[in-house]
Order: sequence, then C-alpha cells, then structure tokens
Amino acid sequence: MDISIYNGHLIDPINGVNQITDIHISQNRIEAVGNPNENFKSEKMIDAKGQYIFPGIIDLCARLREPGEEHKATILSETRAAASAGITSLVCPPDTLPIIETPGMVHMIQNRANAAGYSDIYPLGALTVGLKGEKLTDMATLHDAGCVGVSNALEPVENSLLMRRAMQYASTYDIPVFMTSWDPWLQGNGVVHEGIISTQLGLPAIPEAAETVGIARDIALVETSGASAHINLISCARSVFRLMEARQRNLQISASVAIHNLLCSETDIGEFDTLYKVIPPLRTKQDQEGLIQGLANGDIAAICSDHQPHSLDSKLSPFSEAATGIAGLDTLLTLAWSLVKTHQLSAESVISALTANPARIIGIERGNLAVGMPADLLIFDDTFNWRLDEMTMMSNGRNSPWFGKELTGKVVLTIKDGQIVWEL
Amino acid sequence: MITNFPVQFDENGRLRHFLTIQGLSAETLITILDIAHSFIDFGKREIKKIPLMRGKTVVNLFFEPSTRTRTTFEIGAKRLSADVVNMNATRMSTTKGESILDTVKTLEAMHTDMFVVRDHESGSAQLIASHLPDYVRVINAGDGRHEHPTQAMLDMFTIRQQKQDFSKLRIAIVGDILHSRVARSQIHALNILGVREIRVIGPRTLIPTNIETLGVNYVNNMKDGLDNVDVVIMLRIQRERMDGQLIPSEQEYFARYGLTQKTLNFAKSDAIVMHPGPINRGLEISSRVADGSRSVILDQVTNGIAVRMSIMAHLMGG
Repeated sequence: MDISIYNGHLIDPINGVNQITDIHISQNRIEAVGNPNENFKSEKMIDAKGQYIFPGIIDLCARLREPGEEHKATILSETRAAASAGITSLVCPPDTLPIIETPGMVHMIQNRANAAGYSDIYPLGALTVGLKGEKLTDMATLHDAGCVGVSNALEPVENSLLMRRAMQYASTYDIPVFMTSWDPWLQGNGVVHEGIISTQLGLPAIPEAAETVGIARDIALVETSGASAHINLISCARSVFRLMEARQRNLQISASVAIHNLLCSETDIGEFDTLYKVIPPLRTKQDQEGLIQGLANGDIAAICSDHQPHSLDSKLSPFSEAATGIAGLDTLLTLAWSLVKTHQLSAESVISALTANPARIIGIERGNLAVGMPADLLIFDDTFNWRLDEMTMMSNGRNSPWFGKELTGKVVLTIKDGQIVWEL
Repeated sequence: MITNFPVQFDENGRLRHFLTIQGLSAETLITILDIAHSFIDFGKREIKKIPLMRGKTVVNLFFEPSTRTRTTFEIGAKRLSADVVNMNATRMSTTKGESILDTVKTLEAMHTDMFVVRDHESGSAQLIASHLPDYVRVINAGDGRHEHPTQAMLDMFTIRQQKQDFSKLRIAIVGDILHSRVARSQIHALNILGVREIRVIGPRTLIPTNIETLGVNYVNNMKDGLDNVDVVIMLRIQRERMDGQLIPSEQEYFARYGLTQKTLNFAKSDAIVMHPGPINRGLEISSRVADGSRSVILDQVTNGIAVRMSIMAHLMGG
C-alpha cells in the first residue's frame, strides 16, 4: 500500500533531517521526503500534525523467551509489543533454550518472526559452545545463516586467551563480537551496586571494578585481535572513559546502555524493590550522569531496552532470589524521549542512539529514511498521556517499575517495510 | 538515609511490624526499652504469665536454624499468654518448591496473628509484611545480612542497664560487619539513641564499602579502636569465612582482632563486653573475657525475653 504522511516533524539524524515535512511510502520503500513525484498517488493519507516521525527503532538487546520459555513470552507476543512501541528490529542474544548455536535455530527464530509479521529479529549466535567459554562455535556458519554477530550473552569467557582467539576468528570473517564486559570474580553473586544500598540493605554487591576491569581486558583484546566489537550494557561512568580512549585510538568498538541505567540509580531500590533488580545493576547518580554524557559525546552509540519479560510472581521473592531484569519494550521510546524533554540529551542524539547507530552496529540498511530505503518508521505523539497497565502493556512481561504509572509520549503508528503493523 | 521503611507503620504512624531499626524514632525505642523494663522481674515470679496476648496465635517461622532467638521469642510469647507454634521450615531458593509467600499465606489462612520470621535472605521479613492483611503482625528475627532488630533492642536494653546515658557512650563493634545483620541493626539503634561515637573494627575484607554512610568510624586495629570505649561488642566470625578468602587464618585473625584480657585493657576500665552469640571461644573472644566479670553476654540472653515480650506487646497494642 502506498502511504503519505503529512505535516509530521521528521527527525532522521543520519540524513540531517529535523523539520516538519511530508513523507511518502511506495510499496516497502521510502518514495519521497517532501513533495513526491507528480505521478505518485497514495492510497492512505495520514495527518501527523503536531506529531513526530522517526525511523523504526532498532533494539540491540531484547529477550523474547522463545524458544524455551514460552510460558513467559513468545516471539509473537514480544514482536507485537515491539511494533506497538515503534521497534521494528530486534537483536536477540543467544541464551535461548536451546542456545542459538546452529543454523537451524537461526532459521527457526527468523521464520517465527516472519510469520508473526511485526518486527524483524536479528539473532546473535553463540560465541562459545553452550556459552561455556571453552570452545569456539561454528561462527562463520552462524553468520552465513543470518546471525548479525556472536556473543556469549551474560556468560563470562573467563579464559582471556580463548576470548582473544574468538575475536581473531570472528574478525577473519568480519563478524561483530557482542560482549557484556565484566569480571566474573568481582561480579560474584552480587545483585546490587556496591554502594549505599548494598551497605544499608545487606545485599551482595557488584563493585564498579567488575565492569571497569572487564572492559579494560576486552578493549585490550580487541586491540590485539583486530576484531569489531560491541560492548553491551554499560553501567558505570568510568567505563565511558575507557570507551573514549578506545575511540581515540580508532578501535572498532561501540557500546550501548540500557534505558533503565540512564533513568534510575541504586537508591530507587529503596526497600528491596525487586522491580529495580537488574544486571548490570543500577549504579550511582554520578554514573547516570556519566552515561548520559557518554551518549551526548558519542562514546556510547546506542540505547537498548535490555528487555527481559517475566511474570510478576517471579519478582515476589526476597531480593537476591527474585528474577532479574525489566520488561522494557513498551516504554523504550517514551522513557528515552523523557531525556529530551528534560533537556539532558538532544533529540538527534536520542533518535540516533535508537535507530541509525544500532543499524550501523549490526550492519543493516535501516534506521535511515532516505529515498529508496526500507520504510520502517513510526509516528510518536510526545504529548499523549497514558498509563502502563494491564490494558496497555503489550509485552507478556509485567515486570516494569513503570507498571501502573502515568507516562507521557506514545507511539501511535508503526510502519514496517511499508505495512502498518501498529495503530493506536 | 535513603529509606525509612514505611511498611512497618500503619496509616497513623503507629508501629505495625518490627522489621528494621532504621526509620524508628528515639521515642519508639525508649518506649520499648521502658516496657521491657517492667517485664524484667517477671521471670522470677511464681506465675510467669500475663494475659496481654491471650487468644492470639504466634508462629515462629524459622527458615534458618536458631536456638536463643527462637527460644526467647517462644518463652516471651507464652508469658504473654499467646499460643505459639514453632515452624523450623526449610526452603529451596527461587523456583523449587513452595515460595516463601505461599508458605506464609498458608499459615495466615489458619488465622495467625503474628509471625516471627527468620530467613537467610535480606528483605524477606519486609516482603512477607507487605503481602499480609493489615491485622497480621510481623517481627523480623533476622533477614540475611540486613537487620536483626530485636537483637539490637536487647543489646540497647543491656547497655542501658549498665551505662544509663547513651549520649556519653563510645561503642566499638568488632569483626565481620559485612555479613552481620546484628551490626547493622545495632548501628542504627545506637545512632538513633544518640551515642557519642560508634567505631567498627576489623580487616577491610569484612567491612562494607561506604560504611561511613551508616554513621560510624572505621578503625583498623584494636588498640586505637578500643581506646576509651565504654562498650565492646564482639561479632561472631563464621567458620566458613576462615577459608583464606576473607581472612588468612584463625591465628592471624585472633592475634589482631580477638578480644583477650590484654586487648580489653585498651578500653575504659569499666567497659562492658557484649556478644550476640553463639560465641567462638578462642576465635573472636577468649574464654577468660567471655566468662569474666566485664562480660554481660548472659545478661543479653536473659534480657532477650523481656525485650521481645515488650516488642510483641507493643505491636499488639498493649
């Protein structure tokens, strides 16, 4: 269907667009921005006056629970939730059950996503067999099968020599290596940041050094292996300095941060509020500010949801035993845009971090609304007031600290490859 | 302080549960100590019962073993004429078996009026209290490394018995602060009661980072740490911490932080020695000190009954 959207405020950072204009879609591609060819006749006209138009969001870290934990969520439920939040592409870590370490698994996940018809899923293949950190997987085969990168998910690769070899091998075939860089020994069985809250509540702590030591190692290994690497889920301001240095030395390293690490700090845990239990943990106010600064400077390239859907029951336990993670798809853009509203970040840097930058990291031609590009876009009403609740939350997960709260700003329409996949 | 634990108060600001010392007022602590004082001679009477909790059911729900805490709660509740059920439950963590909340709700369905809960996880008592109906009371008998508020109250009672005015006191807490729920509760209580200084003493591996945010001073040795103190509180060192990961060896630990007659001389001549028990003789404290004239360790146990009676009566509106 050919669609024209009029009068929207289009922000398309990679093309330097930030203005009120019209955008036209023919089949699955962008036909024109501004005035179309005089022969173009749209079948559907949408008035986006007073609303924003952004490229479809690319989320670098979302767990969909399928295969393996379909009682929590499915590819259908979570890609639909993603579409309703303007997320048209999702990167899924390999720690599904079974693990993504065979081409068959890659195809199965992509087929499920295609059948659902909401958002594309770009799986990451396992870096080591069984994510055990002992043997390399057939990563070139996995890459050929459609994995946009390889990763050991949240499992550590303790053996630094093996990690170096994994990077060298991946670099042979230009396969990006995705990492969560932390030292497993310092990480220990910690559940909160080592700071005020861990001391006050007597909870096992994760020191800042767990991350800064991990990042220092991984950056050194990237430098000696020539790999292209992405460090997922940065949580400390000091890590941003390491990334800045790496960028200054022109290493191929990018990084992303989870939206909740930008918006929350350790003190939000208050009295053992398990909804704020995340790994890496919420750290200090200074870390929060440092991460925001890192986005503004470009040392951190992307904002992800780190979506981890759970039932609420799994959070009804003593803090250490409660499930980890936040179901973050539904609120990703709303919360990220709140940083624009409070003047902490520019609209361009937030939208780049959600679209063009993650597209570059996984090497896909998306996150870009130039003529001829795939028509993945969304319309965002930044004045729309809504409540995240049983009715509005589209993910099967209910574990969000924002559940039951009033929010401002919502995606009202999502187009994926020229098709309307969500309309409020 | 970040949080004041509103869950333990009702809408009128009255204490509903006893979960943490943190967030309580000095008046509340003193009221509890005063009521406990009125119960103290009670144990010597011919008939050791008053009907303050007659017809009430108290469940001692212990997911972690305990001798003195459970026993003193049981004796205290019985002296208040409550019916007491002891549950020495075990639970598997997370998904295996019944959840802690399901266990509690099952017992609540049997019309329990008060739960006394001990668990190995920080925050368990808080979790339970926030999922029970308004009329059920919860007392935290120790949650993980977080708090052990009734122990701190009986310690305050014991200190007051010996020393009267809190505002003049210097207190040293020695040992494994990191893993100690007792220390956290004591630190809050001593600060609320306005002591002059609290020092924590031990190797850095056993001291939480940011310990100063709790309002204490850190000292790395006994000589400076005990200098001029009125009260020495020794903490139990778990044998499993002695595996070379946190402390090199028993010898090295005892030589530096063990309380002996000699190290006790660093403190004031009338300083008292306390320990929440159970004690490791020869590991953190010598027998001579533990059994000596300055030790009030057994007074702590005796006082535990009166203090726990006071807290139970206070929560039941007595």
